Amino acid sequence: MDFDAAIFREVFPALLAGALVTAQLAFGAALLGLVFGLLGGLARVSSNRLLRGTALAYVLFVRGLPLLVILLFLYYGLPSVGILLSAPAVAILALSITNGAYVTEIVRSGIESIDRGQMRAARSLGMSYALAMRRIILPQAFRRVLPPLTNEAITLVKNTALVSVIAISDLLRAGVDAMTWKANTFSPFAGVGLLYLALTIPLLVINRVLEQRYRIR
Amino acid sequence: MMSDNPAMLRVRNLHKHYGAHPVLRGIDLDVAHGEAVVVIGPSGSGKSTLLSCINFLEPFDTGEVRVNGEPIGWSAGAEGTRVRQSERELDRLRAGIGIVFQQFNLFPHMTVLANLMEAPMQVLRQSESAARKHALALLEKVGLLGKAGAYPGELSGGQQQRVAIARCLAMRPALMLFDEVTSALDPELVGEVLAVMRQLRQDGLTMLIVTHEMGFARDVADRVVFMDGGLIVEQGPPALLFSQPSAARTREFLGLSTPSTH
Ligand SMILES: Nc1ncnc2c1ncn2[C@@H]1O[C@H](COP(=O)(O)OP(=O)(O)OP(=O)(O)O)[C@@H](O)[C@H]1O
Ligand SMILES: [Mg+2]
Repeated sequence: MDFDAAIFREVFPALLAGALVTAQLAFGAALLGLVFGLLGGLARVSSNRLLRGTALAYVLFVRGLPLLVILLFLYYGLPSVGILLSAPAVAILALSITNGAYVTEIVRSGIESIDRGQMRAARSLGMSYALAMRRIILPQAFRRVLPPLTNEAITLVKNTALVSVIAISDLLRAGVDAMTWKANTFSPFAGVGLLYLALTIPLLVINRVLEQRYRIR
Repeated sequence: MMSDNPAMLRVRNLHKHYGAHPVLRGIDLDVAHGEAVVVIGPSGSGKSTLLSCINFLEPFDTGEVRVNGEPIGWSAGAEGTRVRQSERELDRLRAGIGIVFQQFNLFPHMTVLANLMEAPMQVLRQSESAARKHALALLEKVGLLGKAGAYPGELSGGQQQRVAIARCLAMRPALMLFDEVTSALDPELVGEVLAVMRQLRQDGLTMLIVTHEMGFARDVADRVVFMDGGLIVEQGPPALLFSQPSAARTREFLGLSTPSTH
C-alpha cells in the first residue's frame, strides 16, 4: 500500500466538494423519494383498484430493474422525448424513483401494521378517510417505520455512487479523478471511504437510537 | 315500543350479507329518545354487525336506518332507486352517533385530553379553548380529570374505556352505541365502566347497548332485545324477558329450564 499523506491532503478539498454533491443528491432524492413513497403507500392501501394497481406496478417495475438501467434510461431517454434536465436533476429523479418504490412498501406495511380499530374509531367520530389518515394512522405508522426508513436513507447515500457514470462530480467521481491525476489509488480512496462513512455512520447512529427508542410498544 | 317519544333510532327490515353468509336477516328496531335498550344474544348472532350498520361503518344491503329522523347510508333516488350517500354526508351523520368498542381504540400517540379534543376540533371545528373546556368537564364526569395529560398506554383498561366513552361524548352525540365495552376488562375493572354508563342513563342519553352483563342489563335497560341468527327473536322489559321469555331459544340462551307443557 502506498498511502501518501501529502497526496491525501492535496486531493482532500476536491473530495470534500464531491462529498457535498453526494450529500445534496442524497438529500434531494430522500425528500422526493419520501413524497413518492407516501403517495405510493397511500395508493397501495386505497380502496380504488386503479390506484392500487398503479402503485403495485410501480413497485414491481422499479424493484425488478437495476438502478443503473433506470438512470441511463432517463439520462439518454428523456432528451429524446424532448425533456431536457440537468445531470443532477436526472440523478435525483432516478434515485428518488427507486427509493420511492422501497419507501412505498415501507409506508404500506406501516399503515397495515396499525390496528384496524384505529380507523374505525376515527371514522365513527365523523373524521373523513383523509383526515383519519393524516391525524391518526400516518403519525402512528411513521413512528413504526422510522428504522426501515433510515435504512433506506443509508442505501440511498450508497446508491448515489452510481451517478458518477453520468456527468456528475460526486464523491466517487472526485476520487476516481484524483486517482488518475495523482496516479495513486490508495490515498484518494482512503479519503473517499472516510467521507462516505461520514455520511452514512450518522444515519446508522440515528437508526440505532430510533430502534432502541421505539422497540417497546 | 314507546309511542309518546319520537324514535331516535329507527331500523327497518335491515339485511346484511358477508359473501353468501346472511348475518342480519331483517331487523326491525326502534329506540326512543332517552331510552336505553340492551341487546343480548349468542356469539355470531350479528350484534356487532347491527351496530356497525347503524353508523354505516359496515354498509348494509337493504332496509332502512334513520337516526333522529334522518336516513343514513342510502337515500331515495329517482323512481324507487336508492343512492349511496356521499362520504361527506356520512361523515356528518356519523359525527352525531357515538360508538364505544370492546377494544377502546384510543389514539395511543395522543394524550387523553388530545383524544377528547381531536374530533371536536377537526370535525366540528370547535375552537381549542371550547374543546378543552368541554373535554375537561367530561374527564371530570368520568372521574379521570387527573389523567388529562397521560397517554392511553399509561392507563388501566377500565380507565381507557372511560376515556373512550368521554371521547364519544365530546361530540355531543344524539345516540350512543356500546359494543361489549366491558368484555375486554379484568373483572375488577368492569364496575367503574358500568357506573359511568349508569350515570349516562340517568342523564337521559339515548343508548343501544350490546352486553353480556345480565345484571347490568336488568338494572339499566328500558327494554331488552334478544337476537339470534341475524334476527330479533323477542324483546321486552327486562323483568319480563329475563324471567318469562316467550321463545324457547331465549330460555335456552338465558339458561332457564323449559316449563313443562303438561
Ligand atoms: N368482516 C366480516 N367478514 C365476514 N364475516 C363476518 C365479518 N364480520 C362478522 N362476520 C360474521 O358475521 C356473523 C355475525 O358477527 P357479529 O360480530 O356481528 O356477531 P356478534 O353477535 O357481535 O358476536 P360476538 O358476541 O361474538 O361479538 C358471524 O358469523 C361472523 O363470523
Ligand atoms: Mg360482537
